[in-house]
Amino acid sequence: MSYPADIKYTKEHEWVRVESDTEVVIGITTYAADELGDVVFVELPEPGAKVVSHEQFGEIESVKAVSELYSPVTGTVIQRNEELSDAPEIVNDSAYEQGWMIKVEVADTSSLDELMSAEEYEQFLES
Amino acid sequence: MVPFGGWDMPVQYTGILDETRAVRNSVGIFDVSHMGRVVIKGTSAGEFLSCIFSTDVEKLAVGRAKYGVTCDQEGGIIDDNIVYRLSPMEYMLIPNAGNREAISSWLNRWLPNDDSVAIDDVSERTAMIAVQGPDSFQTLSALAESDLESVGPFRIVEMAICGQTMLVARTGYTGEDGFEIMPSTDVVLDVWDQLIQHGAIPCGLGARDVLRLEAGLLLHGNDMDQTINPYEAGLDKFVDANREAYIPGTTLREMRQMAPSRSLVGFTMVGRGIARHGYPITDGAEMIGTVTSGSVSPTLDKAIGLGYVRSGFTSEGTRLFIEIRGKKIEAEVTCLPFYLRSR
Repeated sequence: MSYPADIKYTKEHEWVRVESDTEVVIGITTYAADELGDVVFVELPEPGAKVVSHEQFGEIESVKAVSELYSPVTGTVIQRNEELSDAPEIVNDSAYEQGWMIKVEVADTSSLDELMSAEEYEQFLES
Repeated sequence: MVPFGGWDMPVQYTGILDETRAVRNSVGIFDVSHMGRVVIKGTSAGEFLSCIFSTDVEKLAVGRAKYGVTCDQEGGIIDDNIVYRLSPMEYMLIPNAGNREAISSWLNRWLPNDDSVAIDDVSERTAMIAVQGPDSFQTLSALAESDLESVGPFRIVEMAICGQTMLVARTGYTGEDGFEIMPSTDVVLDVWDQLIQHGAIPCGLGARDVLRLEAGLLLHGNDMDQTINPYEAGLDKFVDANREAYIPGTTLREMRQMAPSRSLVGFTMVGRGIARHGYPITDGAEMIGTVTSGSVSPTLDKAIGLGYVRSGFTSEGTRLFIEIRGKKIEAEVTCLPFYLRSR
């Protein structure tokens, strides 16, 4: 399994892609999607909602189990992936592209420095 | 892999939804060796087992199978089982993996002191594969050396599969046509591989759970246990309490006279969300019950579940609210089974 190098990773298996100085996109990793199995339900915050780093922002449910989604950043939701409400399986098929979850406006992206690179995340998964 | 009843079991091979569809549309195979296989034999075997089991197995014809429950003296369900009559003086009882010890001690407690009944747990010497789905007949026929037509529904026959003699039963836990075969442990891997070569899709515990739920079949430990009696669990038709020698008979006859204060119902989610084991069921205000099983149903494209509710909330169409992590999500009582195959 390979992990894209242009995004950052968390220990809770979320990823963050920096879109601009104030905008990031968040989703879950292929590792998380595979562990969950067939995703059947994703609950995401509405635009305008605040998300806080290390705190829960939503829920993802597979046939097997439900698990919590933790935000890697603090900021305001500006968009959520509405497609996931009718087709949550996109998360399994395309975790890093079509399966993105929320777009968040952040004060600055420097806090992302503490997150893991693709290489560090792979090491984390192996440990 | 997950721990299940003392075994490490695969939740899925490729994916729960794909595996579920394979069983509904073609054929899937499950390694169900974790289920117990207990042979009860001797001149009094039938008489003995009838005292324990919820139906009179002395009346069961040789080569036939019967589903029922094993209840304690208080009427609580120790386990649900299938009993096969293998010969006039020989039966096989199938306990759930997690209940093998409970069943073993219950049987031994009532075992006559003479030599008229012997118990032989063959679980470790044999394996069991469930071959399930509309194409199961075709797939297994390709490997069978006798005509599978001789194994009608709820029957068991000894025949050669892949050149090895084994018991072949027309039973299952999926709501589809299918077989459960019991090869010895030294040949099971070869049989498993040959089934795959003949088109069977390996399926794990996850698909098994979805399939049995769609078919309205209960899982012991989830949907019933020793605190539940068979009338509450809706298993009335599998219990013949009118037998003097039946150990929990007196208690069960009394229970049958009383309307149960709680009953198992099926429900379909109306709002978005999936009910899970342990979630509260309310009428919108007050708690009226608890969810025991829940999942999405890929066959029906709905979320479904089972749970116990107070009397007065059991009729079809009754509004329920499942409390899913703090939110009340609407559901409605649905007749079981959710899925019934066309024959």
